[in-house]
Amino acid sequence: MTDAIMNSKPSTEIRRPTLTGERLKKRYAAERRFRLYGLGSILTAGLILVFLVGSITGTGYTAFLQTYIKLNISFDAEFLDPAGTGDVAQLASADYGGMVKKNLRDNFPEVTSRRDKRKLYNFVSPNAGFDLRTMVIDDPSLVGQSLDLWIKASDDIDMLTKGYVDRTLEESNRRVSDTELVWYDKLDSNDHIEARINTDFFLKADSREPEEAGILGAVTGSLLTLVITLLLSFPIGVMAAIYLEEFAPKNKWTDLIEVNINNLAAVPSIVFGLLGLAMFLNFFGFPRSAPLVGGMVLALMTLPTIIIAARSALKAVPPSIREAALGLGASPLQVVTHHVLPLAMPGILTGTIIGMAQALGETAPLLMIGMIAFIVDVPGGFTDPATVLPVQIYLWADSPERAFVERTSAAIMVLLAFLIFMNILAVMLRKKFERRW
Amino acid sequence: MSEKKKMAKSDASPASKETPPSATPKMKGDKVKVFYGEKQALMDVDLDIKPNEVTALIGPSGCGKSTFLRCLNRMNDVIDICRVEGKITLDDEDIYDSTLDPVQLRARVGMVFQKPNPFPKSIYDNIAYGPRIHGTAQSKADIDEIVETSLTKAGLFGEVKDRLLEPGTGLSGGQQQRLCIARAIAVNPEVILMDEPCSALDPIATAKIEELIDELRENYTIVIVTHSMQQAARVSQRTAFFHLGELVEVGDTEQIFTNPNDSRTQGYITGRFG
Amino acid sequence: MSANDHIVSSFDEDLETLKAKIAQMGGLVESQCESAVRAVHRRDQTLAQRVREADGRIDELESEVEAMSLRLLALRQPLGGDLRTVVASLKIVSDLERIGDYAANIGKRAIVLSSLPEIPPANGILRIGGLVQSLIKDVLDAYTDDNLELAVAAWHRDEDIDELYTSLFRELLTYMMEDPRNITASTHLLFIAKNLERMGDHATNIAETVHFQIKGTKMQADRPKGEDASYVVTMPE
Repeated sequence: MTDAIMNSKPSTEIRRPTLTGERLKKRYAAERRFRLYGLGSILTAGLILVFLVGSITGTGYTAFLQTYIKLNISFDAEFLDPAGTGDVAQLASADYGGMVKKNLRDNFPEVTSRRDKRKLYNFVSPNAGFDLRTMVIDDPSLVGQSLDLWIKASDDIDMLTKGYVDRTLEESNRRVSDTELVWYDKLDSNDHIEARINTDFFLKADSREPEEAGILGAVTGSLLTLVITLLLSFPIGVMAAIYLEEFAPKNKWTDLIEVNINNLAAVPSIVFGLLGLAMFLNFFGFPRSAPLVGGMVLALMTLPTIIIAARSALKAVPPSIREAALGLGASPLQVVTHHVLPLAMPGILTGTIIGMAQALGETAPLLMIGMIAFIVDVPGGFTDPATVLPVQIYLWADSPERAFVERTSAAIMVLLAFLIFMNILAVMLRKKFERRW
Repeated sequence: MSEKKKMAKSDASPASKETPPSATPKMKGDKVKVFYGEKQALMDVDLDIKPNEVTALIGPSGCGKSTFLRCLNRMNDVIDICRVEGKITLDDEDIYDSTLDPVQLRARVGMVFQKPNPFPKSIYDNIAYGPRIHGTAQSKADIDEIVETSLTKAGLFGEVKDRLLEPGTGLSGGQQQRLCIARAIAVNPEVILMDEPCSALDPIATAKIEELIDELRENYTIVIVTHSMQQAARVSQRTAFFHLGELVEVGDTEQIFTNPNDSRTQGYITGRFG
Repeated sequence: MSANDHIVSSFDEDLETLKAKIAQMGGLVESQCESAVRAVHRRDQTLAQRVREADGRIDELESEVEAMSLRLLALRQPLGGDLRTVVASLKIVSDLERIGDYAANIGKRAIVLSSLPEIPPANGILRIGGLVQSLIKDVLDAYTDDNLELAVAAWHRDEDIDELYTSLFRELLTYMMEDPRNITASTHLLFIAKNLERMGDHATNIAETVHFQIKGTKMQADRPKGEDASYVVTMPE
């Protein structure tokens, strides 16, 4: 109600908007253009995504198949149990590799030279012996029998089946020699070559042999790590956010804390890895390469994200609800637990899942605490050495064997599936916690 | 007339003793000063709230009327930078005494806000919340009874009795506000503070709330902040006019609206504010 | 912008129009009063007739002001001083209308009087008429200027009119007793004097209303009662 406002008289000249077609047309054109730009960017982004996913699936889907060779295997007592004791310990320690080699020689009687024999041995997976051992130990009556069995092929033969070996190249430039091709074609024409679903990929951990390498170890490692991360970062993050948002006095100390939290969210993740190395491993002496330490490091990294998300979710709860509860005589703690937190929960959960997804995809800090180690066993607990999905992808991408290329892509697909699963979980949790009105 | 003026402006206590105590005040503000940081929002406000009366606080925006209202149940405590000096008593008990728990005070001095703010829960749970946290009702039957009587007192029971378990946020604005009033009286406070309770409502809903306020006066002491002078005139018995953090004038509503003593009051109620 | 203006300027305009209407009506009443007294004094039948006819305009103005006041009450919901202004305007117009009616009645009697033999006390009417006119003028000025002192002073002057009326009453009684042929004219003059005295009373009412409008309170003292005519007893000699 200032004098200036009261005294300002509307100007006497009234200018009405001119509604000419020219201006209108321009305006509509501008709007149409703007909409086209928007549509264009969506399409571009979509195309890039389709290309990315398409190329990964294109190279990766073959990893879900594995070539098997049908061989006549005779479980020679000479190899397995020369003394004829039937003792399981004897069966377990027998020379299965030798047995496989002998059987290969028997299947291909025409191979005589030492060099060719070695090539022949290369046909099946070096681990085929272990599979046979499992069979014999399960059923000792096999000793002395002779069976037609499907034996896992080596990675080179697997690649050949999947068409990744170019037969037109010179012999010296391919992994499979001409003689091997002849044998392969012979087997193939007898229908002794078959591609099957590669269950080992999902059920085994890493291996030097591509046909033996599986993702289960990394998936378990990721899962264990994330459990630790969630258990640590969610309660700490939410409590910190509640304290800062609802109880802390607003002064320069809380301002300082706030600035630092925001800064921490932007700190490169490798720094957290160094911190974890220095503190958890060197100072506290926690086990190296363990999901426990990995989870702790990732929790440190995820904390700022969760705190920031939780604070903004708490801020978004209308102050009128707090006032209403306070006005009824609820204590500040009751206000938070009865009203504010339930209303903020969907937002907090979304933030947490985003943080978790970030942690799932994180490699750098885990390298620092030794989770890059080559681990052939599926981790059974939080202190067992383990690796995680992104590190596994990195390791495979680094391996020279051709068969690891498809496995890298397949692992990426598994990682993506893991992320999608987490997001679905987030949506479901939101649905559950969101007010029904 | 001059007597009332002295009461409003009393800086010296003898002047206020001249007024015959028609009833001992339910609440009493004595030289109340409120600071927001460096800024002083209220200057030496002396105001008596008489029992079973509706006291209206009027004044332009930022005059301190809401600030004063929020001092009466210590809702200003939530604001960090807010500082209250002076003395406010409820039945001769200093409400800013360190031994008095603000939570208990708010159970005795309830509040209804400008915007209807039901909890996003069912109508039943909205009403039952206060009795539950204060432990005034233990059994389901007790709570059922409180819910029904509160809603009846708020004149809402007939409209919602078939949908008590439906969300309170699904009601119309006026119904929501009456739900908030019902929620406040479910705690059985002695004083009800209302901060512009009708500013978001249409005239019909407003009339219903005003009628309700008039009925509630029988059992409660009511302090209402309003921007509508007609509303203050309609519902209140006493009116206090605030301006720039000062209590300019307080008196019987009739007198304030027909023949105010202070030129600022006159200017404000006639719409001449300069 | 002065502190006395409303934020809604059309409210000010409405109040101004209301006051202007009342001032216009007041001026009309004032001149009616003056013309009526002159018609009696000069035994002017045409003037008297004009006074009778002009009364209709006063009634029109009254209903106009009433309509405006109602409109203001309904649409602006005035409070405080504004409320008193509107209520006062309603009271003032009804007083003014009564004064107008008395003036018209004097005009009617002036026509009758002019056909009757002249008697000396008609001069007394001129004096009392002059006093009433200046009283009306002062209260109207007090109203238009919101002048409290003028209103209070005018209010006190009603006593003079009442005294003059009482003495005129005695004089006329004496005339009637002296010569019964004077009774008709004297009775008319007596009514004219009574009308003028009533006009003074209404003017006093207006002064009180002006006081209420400005101060918001009633005048402290009782209304001046200088009129003793009700108790005058003149015995035939």
